[in-house]
Amino acid sequence: MDPAVIQKCIHCGMCLPSCPTYQETKIERNSPRGRISLMRAIAEKRMDLTASFAHELYFCLGCLACQTACPVGVDYKTLFEASRQDIEKSKILNNPLRLLARTFLIKYLFLSSWRLRTFGRLLRIYQRMGLDRFFKSLPFLPAKLKDMLGQLPSIAPHFSYEIISTREIPINTPARWKVGLLTGCVQDLVFSKINRDTADVLLYNGCEVICPPEQGCCGSLHAHNGELETAERLAKKLLAAFPIEELDAIITNSAGCGSHLKHFSDLFPPGTFWRQKAEVWDKKVYDIHEWLIKIGFSPPQAFPCTSQSHTVITYHDACHLCHGQKIKNEPRAILRSLPCIQFIELEEADHCCGSAGIYNILQPEMAHKLLNKKVEKIKKTNASVVCTANPGCLLFIEKGLKKHHLNIQTIHPISLLAQYYRMKERDGGSIEKKEANLAGLIH
Amino acid sequence: MIDHFPESSLLISKEDLIPYSFDATATFYHAPLAVLFPSSIEDILWVLKWAKSNHACILPRGSGTSLSGAAVPQKNSIVLSMTKWNKILETDPDNLTLLVEPGITTQVVQEEAAKYSLFYPPDPGSYKISTIGGNVGHNSGGIRGLKYGVTRNYVLGMEVVLPNGQVVWLGNKCVKDSAGYSLKDLFIGSEGTLGIVTKVLLRLIPKPQERQVILASFPTLEAASEATSAIIKAALIPSALEFLDQKTIECIEAYSPAGFPKESQAVLLIESDGHPQAVRDEITRINQVLKQYGPLEIKIAEDPKQQEQLWSARKVAFSALARKAPTVLLEDVTVPRSSLVQMIRKIQQISKTYAVEIAVYAHMGDGNLHPVFLGDESNKDLMEKVFRAMKEIFLYAIKLGGTITGEHGVGLAKKEFLAYQYKSEEFQLLKSIKKILDPENLLNPGKIFD
Ligand SMILES: Cc1cc2nc3c(=O)[nH]c(=O)nc-3n(C[C@H](O)[C@H](O)[C@H](O)COP(=O)(O)OP(=O)(O)OC[C@H]3O[C@@H](n4cnc5c(N)ncnc54)[C@H](O)[C@@H]3O)c2cc1C
Ligand code: SF4
Ligand code: SF4
Repeated sequence: MDPAVIQKCIHCGMCLPSCPTYQETKIERNSPRGRISLMRAIAEKRMDLTASFAHELYFCLGCLACQTACPVGVDYKTLFEASRQDIEKSKILNNPLRLLARTFLIKYLFLSSWRLRTFGRLLRIYQRMGLDRFFKSLPFLPAKLKDMLGQLPSIAPHFSYEIISTREIPINTPARWKVGLLTGCVQDLVFSKINRDTADVLLYNGCEVICPPEQGCCGSLHAHNGELETAERLAKKLLAAFPIEELDAIITNSAGCGSHLKHFSDLFPPGTFWRQKAEVWDKKVYDIHEWLIKIGFSPPQAFPCTSQSHTVITYHDACHLCHGQKIKNEPRAILRSLPCIQFIELEEADHCCGSAGIYNILQPEMAHKLLNKKVEKIKKTNASVVCTANPGCLLFIEKGLKKHHLNIQTIHPISLLAQYYRMKERDGGSIEKKEANLAGLIH
Repeated sequence: MIDHFPESSLLISKEDLIPYSFDATATFYHAPLAVLFPSSIEDILWVLKWAKSNHACILPRGSGTSLSGAAVPQKNSIVLSMTKWNKILETDPDNLTLLVEPGITTQVVQEEAAKYSLFYPPDPGSYKISTIGGNVGHNSGGIRGLKYGVTRNYVLGMEVVLPNGQVVWLGNKCVKDSAGYSLKDLFIGSEGTLGIVTKVLLRLIPKPQERQVILASFPTLEAASEATSAIIKAALIPSALEFLDQKTIECIEAYSPAGFPKESQAVLLIESDGHPQAVRDEITRINQVLKQYGPLEIKIAEDPKQQEQLWSARKVAFSALARKAPTVLLEDVTVPRSSLVQMIRKIQQISKTYAVEIAVYAHMGDGNLHPVFLGDESNKDLMEKVFRAMKEIFLYAIKLGGTITGEHGVGLAKKEFLAYQYKSEEFQLLKSIKKILDPENLLNPGKIFD
């Protein structure tokens, strides 16, 4: 680890109020300042890399709220990823079960799009047949396993490549830009519809969309979990899949991926072929909201609506969008442009919901504490719709809302925008009809 | 001790202790023996007894943002972390008081007051995380010290556990009190060396109806200092009168752009609050004074949002300056306000003489300067020069009738200089108070003096 990065921390404590784990426990080792001091102790050989340290780094959400809060500009993301890599190299946490789970998930499943999709197909069949409910009803299964089965998201009826062509061009407007569309891994299995929506929104705004069918995982999961070498392999695959030079931009709609995708060059040594390619790539990667604001997107056409029919919506900042990429205003600007909607700010909108990649599976207790907090704040807004731009947050928040028996919908802002655009196309009827559409729109 | 407390409230592993081996002061590190989160007064009494019979000592700790090393453990220290004692015990809008536990943060106190349209003015830059216990420990100030005073002016009473195990309540809800010595005042600014504060009764005031913020930029540090002295001389007392030099502005803007003019050598950030008409008058008069000192630009913040942005930016000044150098040391000499220009000139001259980079920001209206030394712990030569420059600044401030610390306290960092400020009989008086209250040196020993 680079000592210069660690030493930048002056232990001023300005990051403590924004750290979810510290706020819960009030114990210094659970804070960014505490974690950095342990990294420093290891780097200066005052301490060994111990299992306790390793657990601490897996107790950290990686939400990067500390990075936003730090006035000194400490690069916590780099420290965090490098520490987790050191931990994995040291094998200090290894036990057979963990090894099996990690090998299956990180080194096998998420390594190829073919495997992921096969897994997705099997899971889809399993869910369609109602086997998940069957297994969960079995009295002899341990509660923990049942809970995990309950956490498996529903697989979408189609994968992205089945509903998005490799090249699509705008119909009514001439193409002003040519952009690549990233389909992601979880997004591809569970939320391929968001990918379709993203493509539609891009087309509507005059972008030709290039979407290679074989993309695979971007590797953010791996980088986040101490597998930087695997992350490098996956990055190369993506770099090769897109005609980077021809594109004006490469678009992602998943916050967690975007925050990783913009820093591919960090994975390769300076001066190498891949580094050069990655440097060009990094400059072209845009989060969808960021891109739409940059090109001046067309807001959906206004139509009259009575005040009663205003749908109250709110927005949760996905950590890797607001902290990882500093994108806060863009999604809000898009949501505020939607007609017949009342936008209410969510208190502590930029506090982690607990999902944090696979954190909610590894650290369910802390994750659910944060989720309950998030649900409470959402309730306070009286919104009937929560928007957020990350698949993990969408799934986890939806779960929390269900658990509290709240009839509040979750949706990606871009899906909502896409629905508005489509509504306009279907349009032609009376005001009543439009309002009826709006009510049925959020699904 | 390990048998007496549950695992969740007593930390003893290396991984738990290293994060408690420092505060926000550079260059001081020492790991404690243990960290205890007491759950009751009985726990505190028990650990006091234990420390006494085991030659250990106790360091009461808030959030560890002290800038003088006061919250750094010494040999055999047990850190008594008060961060979980963070509740509001009573809000009394009839008497305008608030009773809190010491681990509550300054920000939460401010927010609670605001719920009742009241106001808790002490506003240190660290307010989001600093605790009331720590604020009391250092008699912390902030940007509104000029008009509203410091923590001491808002503490009406407190519960304190004394080193001998007695629990005393000092002060009351009365606005006036002449019954004997003001004992509570002894504990304010005592840096955890005299007692452990377990409850604090705070005074609140009505919220000012209106506020306005002026941002004035100047071509030289002197011009900005002269303008400040002139404002004070004109008997104008705005609620805040802050100064930032060019290096500080540059770093703040790099963290989060707030609209400070990067080209100017110094800016003044001035806030007037109170009755709308009074605010308007005060702003006009301040403007007139400022204009006489050749400002490059005078701007008035447009709305509360912009005001807030400027103040938030101002509050991160110290941390943001750490962008400039591997090790930053912050001092807080304070001088009579008529001597501000002299002090600023001296700092510039010392910076040249020792070839040490010094940035300055200041609670200018209070005469409280924060020279920030840009050093590097790994460069011995440079650090040597830094310490010599620092000493010269302290001595000069004392010569001007000032003090070596306006708000950060003495702790470890400045104890060597305290003897320059006090005559020997005064110094003895200071020490004798510690002797009476803590003869066995159980509480935070080695801080303020040896
Ligand atoms: C970025 C930054 C900006 C700052 N800005 C300002 C500023 O504008 N003005 C200012 O005055 N200071 C400022 N400070 C310094 C510091 O924040 C204050 O001194 C603050 O009051 C310390 O609070 P704390 O909770 O961190 O206390 P700690 O650092 O934990 O402790 C400070 C002292 O108080 C004692 N103490 C704490 N709790 C108790 C208790 N319950 N009973 C008895 N003793 C106790 C400790 O023993 C120690 O001596 C700043 C610091 C930083 C890092
Ligand atoms: S990470 Fe930044 S904000 Fe947090 S203690 Fe270190 S320097 Fe201060
Ligand atoms: S990444 Fe999140 S959980 Fe981890 S230290 Fe930073 S703020 Fe805390």
